[in-house]
Parts: sequence; structure tokens; C-alpha cells
Amino acid sequence: MAIEEKDLHINMGPQHPSTHGVLRVELNVDGETVVRAKPVIGYLHTGIEKTMESKLYYKAIPCTDRMDYLAPMSNNLGYCLAVEKLMDIEVPDKVKWARVCLAELTRLNSHLVWLGTHALDLGAMSMLLYAFREREMILDIYEACAGQRMMSTYIRIGGLAKELPSDFDKRVRQIIKEIPDRIDDYETLLTNNQIFINRTKNVAVISAEDAINWSLSGPMLRGSGIKHDLRKDNPYSGYENFDFEVPIGRNGDAYDRYLIRLEEMRQSLRIIEQCLDGMPEGPFRAHVPGVVLPPKEDVLHKMESMIFHFKIITEGFPAPKGAVYAGIESPKGELGFYIQGDGSNKPARVRVRPPSFINLAALPALTEGHLFSDVVCAIGSIDIVLGEVDR
Amino acid sequence: MKEIFKALGNVVIKMPQGFYVTFKHLFKKPVTLDYPRKKKPMAPRYRGKHYLERYDDGTERCVCCGLCAAACPADAIYMEPEETEKGERKARVYEINLLRCIFCGFCEEACPEEAIFLGQEYEFSADDRNKFIWTKEDMLVPHPRKDNPFKKILRRVRKVYGTPEATR
Repeated sequence: MAIEEKDLHINMGPQHPSTHGVLRVELNVDGETVVRAKPVIGYLHTGIEKTMESKLYYKAIPCTDRMDYLAPMSNNLGYCLAVEKLMDIEVPDKVKWARVCLAELTRLNSHLVWLGTHALDLGAMSMLLYAFREREMILDIYEACAGQRMMSTYIRIGGLAKELPSDFDKRVRQIIKEIPDRIDDYETLLTNNQIFINRTKNVAVISAEDAINWSLSGPMLRGSGIKHDLRKDNPYSGYENFDFEVPIGRNGDAYDRYLIRLEEMRQSLRIIEQCLDGMPEGPFRAHVPGVVLPPKEDVLHKMESMIFHFKIITEGFPAPKGAVYAGIESPKGELGFYIQGDGSNKPARVRVRPPSFINLAALPALTEGHLFSDVVCAIGSIDIVLGEVDR
Repeated sequence: MKEIFKALGNVVIKMPQGFYVTFKHLFKKPVTLDYPRKKKPMAPRYRGKHYLERYDDGTERCVCCGLCAAACPADAIYMEPEETEKGERKARVYEINLLRCIFCGFCEEACPEEAIFLGQEYEFSADDRNKFIWTKEDMLVPHPRKDNPFKKILRRVRKVYGTPEATR
């Protein structure tokens, strides 16, 4: 009896340690070669976009934390910039500087977790421990600023939730001092490690043309040699005042994306240093009565401020009719918020352009026709967070 | 051929450098904590278990205005008011459902009487779902208390949420 020749159908995930959460990939393999790879998502769908539509504008901020939970400040920033654009609020300089500083710390945080988990996927155990050790310093700063390590909810519409802590400068400078040496350590461990090179070089390659056609963003796009970074191309929150380089790759493989992310960490440290040196004095919230909360001291002693305080918290503020889109360069790529206001105090529609989701869509292009064992490397090098993919 | 020599160079020269990095860490102090026995001090702003403050004479600061419940994005706070003998308003029922609470700190930010704060405590596992509903009695600070850190907390909170000079 002849055996029918057929591709083998394999389910990878949703409970697989290297799919970074609850991603399921349907794989058809012919021997060792992947014939078809189909990412199946939705296992973590929580309806965040819809939830945000039922909340007042300021109450939707905690929802944004929970999308890309490795980069909470970027998400807060993206949403708040969109609402500020809708409401036409100009924030003080200090707020801009502090936001840039926090967003870059977030980039470090996210890249460190990526580095640790990606290296772990490829068999380098100690990288995970080292990366999480460094991440702890950044999380301590989050805790000192906002009070939580991951769900920070620190950036608010029109400013920040609280004043920056008094030892903020000292703590961040400690990071600037320590982390470059640690990054050098990572490079010693991985960059010339022949095992790592064999597993990443010329693996999960995507050409520049394909990268654009798949509408990739972030390190995925820059790895293919396209110099596109929203911080340079469409500056927001005062990024035009900072001096930094945008690293690009040549081959568009996983190894190039690794090098780019390491270089981005170094550039982030440069931006943070400029932030601290040039941090202007001033208020931590814009003075917009009826939209931004007045200072607490005034609420306790002045009738007018107290009325605004009550009104903002109970009713929120009505946003004008119209739609805005604000995109920021989150650690994973272009994170955009599209908000439609209908004149009421709740958004009519919120749509998030999640970088992880769109980058993940290119997984078939990265893996089909290549070896089965490279699927793990491809998923790792995309840098996905399933909370953001499914929302 | 060139590739092979480069790879050989990596294995012979570069990889031992990597081993040295891991080897160095043998002599470093561990960064981990022996958790249940030793605890990390939390930041002053840490958003842990809620507590309700009192005035110095022991009366509750909370007047049951409902602003914390209005600010709560998770709708975790429930309250019912009552009148005291003096004719003042206070909370008869004040409950926070921990199973809904997301510890965002909006209640602390909203409170116009500086009555509710998020404290330092973060270990509150329980074996019964009913124990996750904190009542007023669970959250009110004991009276009389030995130390009186309230003034200190108040100074901190006012500084954190902004003094008038800081915002004008």
C-alpha cells in the first residue's frame, strides 16, 4: 500500500514557550522545511479599543498600559498625544522633556526584555538573567515616579500624573553610567558568538521592498536598510531638539535587527542624557481649566479649582467633533492612535495601530521556504507582545 | 574559506571572552532577594492596599462625596452615605472590590478631602472571594495610633500632586 505524500500539519502554540505568549502558528512542514506558516491570533483578545470607547477620555489611560505591557509609557504617550491633538492642548516644555526621557527609558526596558527572551529562545540562558537585572533599575524608576512597576499610568492628558520624584535625576544618571558597560557585556556574549551567528545570520530575511509592502515599522523596517524613524521623520513631543542617530541594517536578517536594537539602546541613553542636562524648570501640567486637573493644593483651598476638579472627574471634558491620528515611535515600531470625537465626553471610536500586530503579519514572508527551527528565531526577532497584538 | 577562518576565530578567541563575562559573575554579590524572608522597601508613591485616613480626633476624613467612585475606571468602589449625630455626612458603607481594582491611583488623585490613600502593602491573597471586598473597617487606620505620620503623608501628597506655585 502506498503512503500518500502529504505535508505535516503542526500546531505551534498557543502554549509554547517560544511564541512569547498565546500566539498560535499553524505550520505545514515538508520534512524540515516550512511550506506554510499561518499566525492565529485572538487568544488574548480583551476588547481594549471598545472598552476605551465606553470610558471618559482620562479614564481610558489605564487601558493603554495593558496593551504593550513592556512599554507602558510609550502607550500612555501615544494616547495622550492623540487626545491633546484633538483638544488642541499645548504642554509645557518640562512635560515634553520628561516624556521623552520616560519614553526612552521605556525603549530600553522593552529592548532589554526582547534581548533576554530572544537570546533565551536561541539557547543563551544567562542573557535573560542579565537583561532582567538591568530592567529592574528602570522599573524602580517607574515605581518612584508613578507607584507601579509595570502599569504606570503616569502620562496624563496635558501633562504628567505627579511631579517627577526629587531623586529622578540621580537615579537616571546612575542608569546612564551603568548600562553602557552592560551592553558591552551583552555584545561580548552574543555578537561574535558563533552559535548565535549561525542561528540568526541570514535567517528570517526580509528585503527592503517586502518590508515596505508588509508595512513593517520599527527595527523590522530599519533592519532592511530603510531609514524611517518617526522621531526623526515626524518629530513629536520635542524630539527635534535631541541629537541622535537612527541605526539601519543591511541584510534584513535577525542578526541585523539584533544589532539595531542594541545600537538603539545606546542612542536612547544619549537622548536621556540630553534630556537630563536640558530639563527645563516649570509646571508638570498644562494650565487648561476644565480639561486638565488643577493642582491639589488649590482644590483644597479654592472654590473655583474645586469645581473644576469635580467636573473633570465626574463628567470628563467634551472633545470637539473630528478625528485625529497621532503616531509615535514605540520600541516595537510605529504605534498610532486614531481617535474620533463626537462632541461628547467619550470617544466615538478609538483605533490603535499596533506595531506588533502588523509586524507579526509578515511572519509567513519570513518563514515560508525556510527551516522549521528558524520559526522560533523569526518570531523572536519580530519582537511581539501578545497583549498588543490582540488588544 | 574566509568564512570558516572567521568562524574559527570566533570560537577560539571571541567565545572565551563571553565565558569570561559569565565567569566574572561568580564573584559578584547576587541581586536576587530571599523574598518571603527579606522584602524590598517599596517606593513612597507605591500604589498598594488602600487605607482611609482620620482626623486627629479620630473622626473619619471621608465625607462620602463619591468622587473616588466616579473616578474609578474599574467601578470598584461602592459607598452609601449617612448622617452623624452632629449632622455631618459620612460613609455608612464603603467598599472596595479588590477583584475589580486595578490600583491605578485615580481615587487618591481625585479625593478632595485627602481621605483615601494607596499604601505600601501588596500582599493580600486570601482563600475566599468574599475576603477580597474590603470594607471601611478593613481600611480605616487604627485610632488612637502610636505614631502620627499623617502630616508627613499630607506634605508628600501635596507636593506630588502639585503646589500652586508649581503650576502657574
